[in-house]
Amino acid sequence: MNAVRFQQVSRHFGQIRAVDRVDLEIAPGEFFAMLGPSGSGKTTCLRLIAGFEQPTGGHIEIFGETAEGVPPYRRNVNTVFQDYALFPHLNILDNVAYGLMVKGVGKAERLKAAEQALELVKLPGYGARRPGQLSGGQRQRVAIARALVNKPKVLLLDEPLGALDLKLREQMQEELKSLQRALGITFVFVTHDQGEALSMADRVAVFNDGRIVQQGTPHDIYQRPKTRFVADFVGSSNVIAPDTMSSLGGERRWASLRPEAIRLTEGSGVAATVKATSFLGAATRLSVETNGARLHVTVPAGQPAPDTGAAIRLAWLPADVHYMDDAA
Amino acid sequence: MNTAAFPASSSQAPASILPRRSGFFGRLSDLFWRRPKLFLFLMLTPPLLWLGIIYIGSLIALLLQSFFSVDDFSGMVNYEFTLSTYAQLLNSANFDIILRTVVMAALVTIASAFVAFPIAYYAARYAQGKWKALFYLGVMLPLWSSYLVKVYAWKLILAKEGILTWLFAKLHLGWLLDGVLALPVIGGNSLSVSYIGTFLVFVYIWLPYMILPTQAALERVPANLLEASSDLGATPKQTFRTVLLPLALPGVVAGSIFTFSLTLGDYIIPQIIGSSRLFIGQAVYTQQGTAGNVPLAAAFSVVPIVIMAIYLWIAKKQGAFDAL
Repeated sequence: MNAVRFQQVSRHFGQIRAVDRVDLEIAPGEFFAMLGPSGSGKTTCLRLIAGFEQPTGGHIEIFGETAEGVPPYRRNVNTVFQDYALFPHLNILDNVAYGLMVKGVGKAERLKAAEQALELVKLPGYGARRPGQLSGGQRQRVAIARALVNKPKVLLLDEPLGALDLKLREQMQEELKSLQRALGITFVFVTHDQGEALSMADRVAVFNDGRIVQQGTPHDIYQRPKTRFVADFVGSSNVIAPDTMSSLGGERRWASLRPEAIRLTEGSGVAATVKATSFLGAATRLSVETNGARLHVTVPAGQPAPDTGAAIRLAWLPADVHYMDDAA
Repeated sequence: MNTAAFPASSSQAPASILPRRSGFFGRLSDLFWRRPKLFLFLMLTPPLLWLGIIYIGSLIALLLQSFFSVDDFSGMVNYEFTLSTYAQLLNSANFDIILRTVVMAALVTIASAFVAFPIAYYAARYAQGKWKALFYLGVMLPLWSSYLVKVYAWKLILAKEGILTWLFAKLHLGWLLDGVLALPVIGGNSLSVSYIGTFLVFVYIWLPYMILPTQAALERVPANLLEASSDLGATPKQTFRTVLLPLALPGVVAGSIFTFSLTLGDYIIPQIIGSSRLFIGQAVYTQQGTAGNVPLAAAFSVVPIVIMAIYLWIAKKQGAFDAL
């Protein structure tokens, strides 16, 4: 049985097809990421699971039970909202205990459970404060505790790390991942950050224009993008047109070549000119021109990076060139 | 400053500090920018003088009057400190006036809150574009027409020969209206001479003052808090009670301050529509006018102030302003 199952699910807003005939299967205990640019339908899919939206067509199952027509408060699914949506008029402990309170759990019991949930997210003793007195990262932990205290079957996270700074975001990524492993709850995670999706998820679905373009493990999606969109969106690969590819000595098909798969060589290889360089810390990214096409090349730190305008030669292993099925 | 300060040729680089705008106002803007407190002082002095001397000052003068008394023989005001005027408020006739007014104000406030909330909720959560404009127009339009005209219009509507009696008769519900009018205290010969009539007109007249702050408060409640509540398992009723109402309460309280205090002080509506028994506003009017007892009028006008102070204190105690 699947934790979540979409069969040809659509959600239209007037003429706009926010979600268009999506098929989806999420296994119990899985960390599943929905990745896509804004407006691609990933958040609407999450809201369909939570019950805030009802599908225009299709069928949704949560742990084998029909979900369409069931209001959010009758679904054993909880959401961590993008801006946390903590109740400003309640203190932290009452915020976390809210789900148990509305279900009629006694005061002593629910406050104890809330305190435990706060310990789980490393915020013990913060119960008496108000949401306004916490930092963004702390509020985010409270939002997670408030959802987890209900012991949901599925935890939905809507871009939960979007508002945090880089350092905190990386730390929370690790913590979320270990939390998910420890609890064994199915996590469905919406993000537009491909790095986040690849590093945290067991499986990733890439969304574009209301449809899933590709589903698979992070490794799969990164190494074998199905379409130009996936290749470009996930890891900003070099998407090479058929003509260019054949002039570079490959097949006359659309191909994807990762910037880090391209090496700088001496003597042999494809001639290219460096048009721009940007220093990224761990690497330097070159924008080079060859045979009328622009390519990105990353040079790891420690290797000498050529200056702008330099004539260089490039080489790559034929196995690193990934040809794509369709041109879309 | 003259125009020569501008670069004559395009090849010349622009100055890093631009010349001051010429004239008195140019200097003034620069001065205000350098001394923001001076600007604030000049801006606030006239309204504060107005508020402080004319408004608060006259209010204090009025309150002082309430501590004087009227000589029973001469009818002259005796300028000696006494609490006897306040003692007069507690004799049964005067106390009835206070009680009647407070009960009416409370009922009008509660009814306004109940009528206003769904309207405000619709406007805040659902109405968009031209429907929102229509809402504002609908709520504000009655405020644009004369208060007296509206009250007299209601007198006609509520009169025995009025449209309401006619409507009830047409619907074969005349017995219902008669039954209501036969009720003791709140009933009467017709709606226009009963407490029910006074109540209806009060609710009508003050309703916009309840709708607008309630709507403003509801508008500030983020939609995702309601979603979060539902997500955490709260039924719509629980979400209303534990999230929406506490967050909208400051608006409802603000509205109730309007409806409550406006009803406490009004002397026209109960005079035109009602059972000719006095309300506080009418008592103030007659005491300072025909009766010439300014101290008692002043003491009467202190009553709404004290009641409002108590009301706000209770509201604060109950946490009505916690979500602000």
